[in-house]
Amino acid sequence: MNALYSLLFVFLLVLIPLFGVDAAHMKTFFGVCIPITAFIIFLLGFIYKVVNWGRSAVPFRIPTTGGQFKSFDPVLFKQNKYDCPQTGAQTFVRMVLEVFAFRSLFRNTAASLHETKDGPVVAYKSSKWLWVFAITFHYSFFIVALRHLRLFLEPVPFFVNGLEFVDGLLQIGAPTMYLADIGLVAGVLLLLGRRLVNPKINYISYVSDYFPLFLILAIALSGIYMRYFAMVDVIAIKELTMGLVTFNYHIPETIDVSFFVHVFLVSVLMVYFPFSKLMHLPGVFLSPTRNLPNDTRTKHHVNPWNDPNIKAHSYADYEKQFGPFMAEAGLPLDNPENAGAEEKA
Amino acid sequence: MSDMPKADELFKSIDYTPPLTGWMETPVNFSPGNWCYPAKPEKIEYIESKLPGLWGKAREWSPGDADWKLPPNWRETVVNGFRERLEKFRTLKLFMDICVRCGACADKCHFFIGSGDPKNMPVLRAELMRSVYRGEFTLAGKILSQLTGSRVMEEDVLKEWFIYFYQCTQCRRCSLYCPYGIDTAEMTMMARELMHLVGLNTNWIMEPVTNCNITGNHLGIQPHAFKDIVDFMVDDIEEITGRRVKAPLNEHGHEILFITPSGDVFADPGIYTFMGYLMLFDYLDLDYTMSTYASEGGNFGSFTNNEVMKKLNAKMYHEANRLGCKWILGGECGHMWRVVHQYMDTMNGDTQGPQMTTPKSPVTGTVFDTAAATKMLHIVEFTADLIKHGKLKLDPTRNDHLRVTFHDSCNPARGMGLLEEPRYVIKAVCNNFFEMPEGTTREQTFCCAGGSGLNTEEILEIRLRGGLPRGNALRHVQDRHGVNTMACICAIDRATLIPLADYWAPGVQITGTHELVANALVFEEGEKRTMDLRQEPLPGFEDEDDDWTPPNTEEA
Ligand code: SF4
Ligand code: SF4
Repeated sequence: MNALYSLLFVFLLVLIPLFGVDAAHMKTFFGVCIPITAFIIFLLGFIYKVVNWGRSAVPFRIPTTGGQFKSFDPVLFKQNKYDCPQTGAQTFVRMVLEVFAFRSLFRNTAASLHETKDGPVVAYKSSKWLWVFAITFHYSFFIVALRHLRLFLEPVPFFVNGLEFVDGLLQIGAPTMYLADIGLVAGVLLLLGRRLVNPKINYISYVSDYFPLFLILAIALSGIYMRYFAMVDVIAIKELTMGLVTFNYHIPETIDVSFFVHVFLVSVLMVYFPFSKLMHLPGVFLSPTRNLPNDTRTKHHVNPWNDPNIKAHSYADYEKQFGPFMAEAGLPLDNPENAGAEEKA
Repeated sequence: MSDMPKADELFKSIDYTPPLTGWMETPVNFSPGNWCYPAKPEKIEYIESKLPGLWGKAREWSPGDADWKLPPNWRETVVNGFRERLEKFRTLKLFMDICVRCGACADKCHFFIGSGDPKNMPVLRAELMRSVYRGEFTLAGKILSQLTGSRVMEEDVLKEWFIYFYQCTQCRRCSLYCPYGIDTAEMTMMARELMHLVGLNTNWIMEPVTNCNITGNHLGIQPHAFKDIVDFMVDDIEEITGRRVKAPLNEHGHEILFITPSGDVFADPGIYTFMGYLMLFDYLDLDYTMSTYASEGGNFGSFTNNEVMKKLNAKMYHEANRLGCKWILGGECGHMWRVVHQYMDTMNGDTQGPQMTTPKSPVTGTVFDTAAATKMLHIVEFTADLIKHGKLKLDPTRNDHLRVTFHDSCNPARGMGLLEEPRYVIKAVCNNFFEMPEGTTREQTFCCAGGSGLNTEEILEIRLRGGLPRGNALRHVQDRHGVNTMACICAIDRATLIPLADYWAPGVQITGTHELVANALVFEEGEKRTMDLRQEPLPGFEDEDDDWTPPNTEEA
């Protein structure tokens, strides 16, 4: 149901520019006003959110440990440096592995129940599907996004050219078919499929889980359509995009409507981004269970709101209360008077 | 226990298919057995007098009733408390925003594995809170409501919190697998803080909390009784070894203060572990004292709120200062060590007296820089160091009647990274050691399902369901290797694993690690021991005592 709502919603979003652009002079609106506004909302929203997280304290260091900590004897008990880091450098490596290799997901297992002749068994097996799907999706998305830099930069940086070359190595058809395009569509479909097919995941999915997937799928498909089917005028598009970054707006007449659909959907994504779970992108860098070294027993850390007025129930009070019993049991007293404070047993 | 289903019946009843109704519409089961008893009013009155403003009004109430007698302004209290904690804890704010509901954590929780209840999937447990966060604090949530998983705070929501945040043992297994390290245990802690604000609590937590504050330990053992118990253990040790060990209490001027969870003082099989400590220290002629005032290492405040956690923890340094101890040695405990490792120095480091120094073993001279800030050493580290330096004469054959596996307690494993030291110690004192299957040990260890204040009888079925993953792994090594003993380094485990093993792997007994050490410890040349610490005959001496009956495994 949630998936259907999302699909419908994305469909409506596609219609807006389709009709809007055809209604003549809306081209400036869809080609300039919307993307610029969206970009500003994206930027401000993104920064606001990250700053807002940053304003909350990290009172305690609570890294999750995924292996042996640094022991008093590092030879006998070898530290697992990257799952249980103790220095800044080790933590950095942990984060790099997390961000670039999705290390925690790589560890994923699936639990299942079995009735065997020896009785009931809970089995756990490695389950790397989610890791594969997620890696495919994120890397493809990343490469596609990077490739778009060629539209916004003049001269085109060498790494963008290099990337395009590698990405297009399998020369399928003309214009060159990019691997990342296929990867992106495949990645979205796999993630979507998983959400729809796996009953547990389906149960926890909201409209806000399906919507970004359908939206990104629509973006990818509109991009592919532009490039491979409508064969849009890339030179003209670059004119427009360069106009955007140099604040020198110009809408060439030869641009196909599919371009406006694509740009509109991307704008929606940019606006949606800071207010949604997509913020896991910056969030992963800030997660206190992962980005802190496990050194709390070695180093002093400060809790900014620590309340010094919270004190232990004092020993003096304790002795006052239990003094007679303690004296009788032969336990030492700090204040001998407490021994007879209350004459009762 | 009588109306409990049999183990395989219970197993068959587990179904991972989610219900047809969405989770927000699925009603919560409030029948008895599904919740822990609320705190007695006098416990709340007492703690309110010490830490005012955090507890709501003390009252008689029951989760089974329709009316929970919430204060009239409960809603504002909870929502404002929530807002305040979002500022105080980046974890909370961040974890509210960045979950992508990928479900990687879904089947990692022992309570889900054993119950199939989708609200026991860590992601949904957190959504119980996250939905309110969206509904109350975010613009998008306010506009879009249910479709995006948001709702406002209502009585039903709070009641649902009560059930499910007391069905989380804060074991953090879910956090290990989450791609963003989202820690559901952290959210459970926050939810509990909020519930405490409006007087939703459980007696099995609040009674230990008040006891710890008054008597120093969770069982409310008064100083003279504490001394009696220790004397009994000294007598038992004499019977077993022929040696009368020292057991100093509340003495000034020793180098080391030893603190262990009071579960070790009170119940089987913790007392054998306690006897193990006493024997080891006597063997070393260690310059130490214990304390009746700081007689609880376990911190029941950590199941309650930050304030109590800090207050209870503070007594450790307070006592070390009073007695003039240089450093603290800590016994085998789970949540005590989570608090010591992750919170203690940050909360109370500034109360360390100038006499305190980085722990240094008086026997081997090893300086434990790893504990430079807290000045507190784990006994397993201490013993591992002794063994490494050959300072202990050990006869592991005395443990030959035991076939041992090791249960990594969640807190030392996932909150510290203490994995190898206990294995090293156990292997030095036992000849038969077997690991449970991969995926159920070390950082992936499964909880005993009774931690964080759930170790209580009225929710036994929930605990046994949650105990399925651990119990099943134990059963595996029992069948395959004839394992008859599970060692651990946690006092709560020593209590909770007994019913768990009886149910899922009958015939396996539970032991602390230092019980095994003491069994193997050879006091002097030619020492003859015929029984182990449980006064069970050692291998080769079976006939002398064949009317021995197993220790009473009932819990207190
Ligand atoms: S693994 Fe993390 S991101 Fe995925 S559903 Fe669980 S808490 Fe959310
Ligand atoms: S902390 Fe442990 S008990 Fe709580 S949700 Fe996570 S796995 Fe389950």
